[in-house]
Amino acid sequence: MSDIVVSTQDLTRRFGENTAVNNLDLEIRTGQIYGFLGPNGCGKTTTMRMLTGLLTPSSGAISVLGRSMPEAAEPLKNEIGYMTQIFSYYRDLTVLENLRFAADIYGIPAKSAAGRIDELLHTYDLTANVHQLSGSMSGGQRQKLALAATVLHRPKLLFLDEPTSAVDPETRRTFWEQLFDLVDQGATMIVSTHFMDEAERCHRLAILQHGVKKADGSPRQLMDDLQADVVEVEGPDLRKVKHALVGQPKILSTAQVGSRLRVLVDKSEPQPVEMLRGQLAAFPDLSLTPQRPNLEDVFVSATRGPEQ
Amino acid sequence: MISPRRIAAVLKKELLQLRRDRMTFAMVIMIPLIQLLLFGYAINTNLRHVPVALVDESRTELSRTLAQIVQATQVVTITEELTTSQEAERAITESRVRAALIIPRDVSQRLARSPSVGLGLADTTDQTSSRPVAHWIVDGSDTMVASAIKSLRTMPLTELLKQAPNRQVPTFEVTLYFNPEQRSAVNIVPGLVGVILTMTMILFTSAAIVRERERGNMEMLINTPIKSIELMIGKIIPYIFLGLIQVAIILGLGHVLFDVPINGGLGTLLVVTLLFIIASLSLGLVISTLAQNQLQSMQMTIFVLLPSILMSGFMFPFDGMPQPVQMIAQILPATHFMDMIRGVVLRDASLYELRWGILWMIGFAAFGLLAATLRFKKRLG
Repeated sequence: MSDIVVSTQDLTRRFGENTAVNNLDLEIRTGQIYGFLGPNGCGKTTTMRMLTGLLTPSSGAISVLGRSMPEAAEPLKNEIGYMTQIFSYYRDLTVLENLRFAADIYGIPAKSAAGRIDELLHTYDLTANVHQLSGSMSGGQRQKLALAATVLHRPKLLFLDEPTSAVDPETRRTFWEQLFDLVDQGATMIVSTHFMDEAERCHRLAILQHGVKKADGSPRQLMDDLQADVVEVEGPDLRKVKHALVGQPKILSTAQVGSRLRVLVDKSEPQPVEMLRGQLAAFPDLSLTPQRPNLEDVFVSATRGPEQ
Repeated sequence: MISPRRIAAVLKKELLQLRRDRMTFAMVIMIPLIQLLLFGYAINTNLRHVPVALVDESRTELSRTLAQIVQATQVVTITEELTTSQEAERAITESRVRAALIIPRDVSQRLARSPSVGLGLADTTDQTSSRPVAHWIVDGSDTMVASAIKSLRTMPLTELLKQAPNRQVPTFEVTLYFNPEQRSAVNIVPGLVGVILTMTMILFTSAAIVRERERGNMEMLINTPIKSIELMIGKIIPYIFLGLIQVAIILGLGHVLFDVPINGGLGTLLVVTLLFIIASLSLGLVISTLAQNQLQSMQMTIFVLLPSILMSGFMFPFDGMPQPVQMIAQILPATHFMDMIRGVVLRDASLYELRWGILWMIGFAAFGLLAATLRFKKRLG
C-alpha cells in the first residue's frame, strides 16, 4: 500500500472571477504533519475544504486515503477529523455533553465511548471542566475540547484550520506536543497557519500565495534552499538605512527586527556584505553580519512581488 | 441508512439547549397564553355600544322616547347631543362618533303613517306615508360598524305607541348550529391555535437551523457522518412536543376561560394538530435552507404569517374572498387547518369528514421535508 495519504493534481477552484486555488499539486505522506503556510486569503481554507469534500473543485483531481474526492466524501467522514478555525461545537453544552454528542454522531458504541471520553478528558486536561459550559471556558480550553472531539473517533487523517490562532504561546506549545503524540499513534495531519513558529514545527510545508504554491519542502530544506543571503545591519538611523535600501537592485526585502535590520540579498550576488557596505557608504557607523536564514525569510522571499 | 442513534443525538442536544434557553421556553408558554387572553377578550365581531350623536330637531317626548328605545338595543350609545346635522357630520369627520341619529321636526306625523307601527296597511308607493321616521348618517368606511347601524333600519317601533309588538312571521326559520349564542370566542380560540402554531413552529425551526450556521456549528456538522434527513428529524421532534404543549394551553384555557367546547374526539384532534405542526415545521425547514441569517428567517416567517392570519379564514370568512385569493390561500397549511380544527373542536367532525384537508396536509409536509432535505446540502459549494 502506498504511503501517500493525500494527493492532488492541477487542483483549481474559482469563485466567479477570482481564482482561490490555482493548479495546486500536493503529495502528503502518512505520519506527517503537513503545513499550509500563507497569509489570509491565500487559499488555505479553500484547499482544506476541497480535500474534505466540502467544496467541489472547478478542475483537477483529488485523492484522499486512496479514494477520489469529492465523490467519496461521505464514506470518508468516519476516517477524517476536521477542526474548524472558529470553535464549532456547542457553546451552550458542557464539555461532557459535547463529547457525548460527537461520540453519538460518529456511532461509537456506548460502552467504548465512555472509556474513550474519559481518556480524552485526561489527555487534554479537561477533567476539571467536565460539567462546565464550553462557552464559559477560555480559548485554550475550548480548543482542547475541539481537538478532543475531533480525534474522538480516531481519524486517520486530521485537518486543522488555523488551530492556534486564538490561544497564547504556552497553550500553543502544549497543543503541538499533543499533535505529535497523535502522529506517533499513526495519524497524518494537515495544518493551516500564518504563524512562522507553528509552520516550523511541521514535517513539511507548502507556502501558498494567491492560491499558488510558491514553495514545498521541509522547513530545514526550504531554509537551506533559500535563493537569498541574509545580512543583519545594526547601528543608528535604521529607518533611514531602510529607506536607502528599498528599491535597490538585488535587495529582496528589508525588515526591522528590534534594533537590527534584516536584509535579504539575492543569491546571485557573490559578496552580499560587501555590496551592502558599498550601498550604505553614507552610513559609516553600521555593523553588518551574515545570518542563517529563518522560515520568515523563506516566506518573504517566496511570496515577494507580483504573482509569478 | 438512517441512524436512529444520530437522530437521538441531535434530539438530545436540542433538548439540552432548549432547557438552557429560558427565553425560548418562556416564549413557548407565554405566546399562546397572552395571545389567547388578548384575542379571546378583545376580538368581538358582535358590535355593541357604538358611540353615536343625537340631533333631535323635534324635541318632543316622542323623540326622546325614540332615542331611548334606540339606545336600549345596546347597539349604540348616545355620547353627545348636537343641534344641527352639520355639527353631526363634523363629529363623524373628527371621529368623535361613528354615526348620528337625526330625528326630524315632523317625527310624530311620520310615525303615525309609518308601516313599522302597524296602525294600518301602508301604501309604499305613497311618498308621504313611506317616509322613514328618522335618519341615520353613518361613517360607512368600517363595514362592520355600518352593518351594525343598518341592522337598526327595520327595528319595530310599536313600543313607542305602548302597543304590544306585532307577531312578526319571519320568512325563514334559522337554526344556529355549533355556536347558538353567537360568541366570537368560540370561533376565535380554535383559529388561534392555527395562528400561533404557524408563528412559533415556522419561526423556531427556521431559526434553529440558521442559528447553527451563524454560530459555525454547521461547518462541524457537515464534516461528520450525519445525514441531512437525520439532522432535520432530530431538530423538529422537540418542536412537535412544544407545539402540542401550545395547543393544550390554548384549547384548555379557551375551554376554562371562554367556555369554548371541545366536541370532537381527542384522538382526531391530535392527528389534525400533529399534521399541521409537521407541515409548519417542514415549511420552517425550507425557510432555513433559504435564509442566510436569523433576521432573514424571521422576515420570511412573517411573509407566511400575515396571509395565514388574514387569508386563512381566521379573521375574515374564507367564503367571502374572491376565487383567485381563495386559491392562493389554499396553498397555506393554516387555511386547511382553520377549517379542520374548527371542524373537530366545534362540529365534532371525524377524520373521514376531514379527509381532503388531511391528505393535503400530508402532501404539504412530505413535499416540504423533501425540498428541505434536497436543498440542505452537506457541501459549501
